[in-house]
Amino acid sequence: MTPSVLAGLVGAVLVGLGLYGLILHPHPLRKLLAFNLIGSGVFLIFGIVARRGAGAGLRFDPVPQAMVITGIVVAFAASALAVALILRLSAETSRVTLDPDARKSRNGEDAK
Amino acid sequence: MITLLNCFSIAAISAGAFFFFTGTVGLLRFPDPLTRLHALTKADNLGLGLVALGLMPRAESTLSAFKLIVIWLLVLLSSASTAQLIGRALRRGRK
Amino acid sequence: MSLLPYLDIGLAVLIVAVAIWTIAAPDLFAAVVGYVAYGLLLAFVWIRLYAPDVALTEAAVGGGVTGVVLITAGKRLGALKNIAPEVQPGLPFKILTGVLAALVASAVCGAILMLPEPPPSLAPEAAAAASGAGAGLGNPITAVLMSYRSFDTMLEKIVLILAVIGVWSVSTDKAWGGAPPPFRQPKPYAPMVFLAQLLAPVGILIGIHIFWTGANAPGGAFQGGALLAAMWMITMMARLLEPPRVDAQWLRLALVAGPAVFLITGLTGEFVAGSFFAYPPSLAKPIILFIEAFMLLSIAAALPMLVAGPPSERPDQ
Repeated sequence: MTPSVLAGLVGAVLVGLGLYGLILHPHPLRKLLAFNLIGSGVFLIFGIVARRGAGAGLRFDPVPQAMVITGIVVAFAASALAVALILRLSAETSRVTLDPDARKSRNGEDAK
Repeated sequence: MITLLNCFSIAAISAGAFFFFTGTVGLLRFPDPLTRLHALTKADNLGLGLVALGLMPRAESTLSAFKLIVIWLLVLLSSASTAQLIGRALRRGRK
Repeated sequence: MSLLPYLDIGLAVLIVAVAIWTIAAPDLFAAVVGYVAYGLLLAFVWIRLYAPDVALTEAAVGGGVTGVVLITAGKRLGALKNIAPEVQPGLPFKILTGVLAALVASAVCGAILMLPEPPPSLAPEAAAAASGAGAGLGNPITAVLMSYRSFDTMLEKIVLILAVIGVWSVSTDKAWGGAPPPFRQPKPYAPMVFLAQLLAPVGILIGIHIFWTGANAPGGAFQGGALLAAMWMITMMARLLEPPRVDAQWLRLALVAGPAVFLITGLTGEFVAGSFFAYPPSLAKPIILFIEAFMLLSIAAALPMLVAGPPSERPDQ
């Protein structure tokens, strides 16, 4: 089993694990962690496609690897935006949940 | 001469791996977070130093060997400061 | 006798185990720490896949900066007072979700095992881009990022700025234009100050070096920019600098400089070299380094702003 096939299978397992955690956890930050797991699993699959595309004197195909570099930075930007939204939502409703029936705490103060 | 350098590399890297191993055993077996911190920082600094020392004869140029030493010094600096910060947080009872 | 296959299998098992820990850990902070460790282990896998640039980016951005954002979020969420107890879903729902996840994972596994032979590749086009760029870019990934797929890279810089705008717009109306809250408690702590004062100059030097050698060796603007961003964040954590006001002119100029220079260079390529985003062959490498320098500035400005968060109300405003 070559390293690339092994890494691809690991990527597939990570996608499945991330999907399980994304659907199951009620806490928004843990959903974000699971979402990042799915993302890195997909990047691993890109990586093995790059490794298999060796040619023209190179040991790898640079185009998928450049896409993965771009993707890692964009995934971080999306995570930072999600964290800002989660923090603001929990400051407004004083609860850490995505349930739309959450209300402000009884004395109406903002928890920080 | 070449085989002597190889033996030196193998000895140094094995010693470094042994220190990493003992640091991990300390992390798992020590009772208190402060003692675990002690085991981690002391063993891992020395372990990384020995591994860097063992890799120096195998570097392509003197500049690469010098960069290995710089890496070790940077890890020393950051792990020492981080250990102080974690120690203060532990003493104040935070996570 | 080669040990590498066993090391590969060991690494794969370790990564899956840490990922399972991240999903299944009972405590939120433990899950976040598990994710940071997972990101750093993934850098090893990238090295085994002959991708040192991706390994650098994963360790710096995926493990480092994302870890700072998530740990800060976990700490602030854990400090909230009135947290409702989480309603865990029941067992049938868990089994159903497990079956769905297993189906998706096995479908992706099947796709991987049935990948086409011989594998298709864009390597020849990328090598042509690398050798065609003037004095020759030794790093084919930089050639792909800045010459073969330069439009994608420029759009990604704009996505970074959109994320910063999104994070800033989450603040309250009264706080708009102010500064994000400071990173730590009021009293600066001596080891932190020592670390910042000693590490920041060295880190800035190394970051610029990684950007500069990215033309010929693994490296580039993203990795160098992540290092510079980390150095700014460490000085802000030591309270030697404060997060700047959101309406500061220099900050907005620094953020916009990268994509603006990129876009203007692409537009002038229309008139000078014949098509949008084409470089004149004799000047390609200097132009690429020029654009990358401004990209470095934008990335180093955008990442800490994403970590610092939205502007908050100060008592004196």
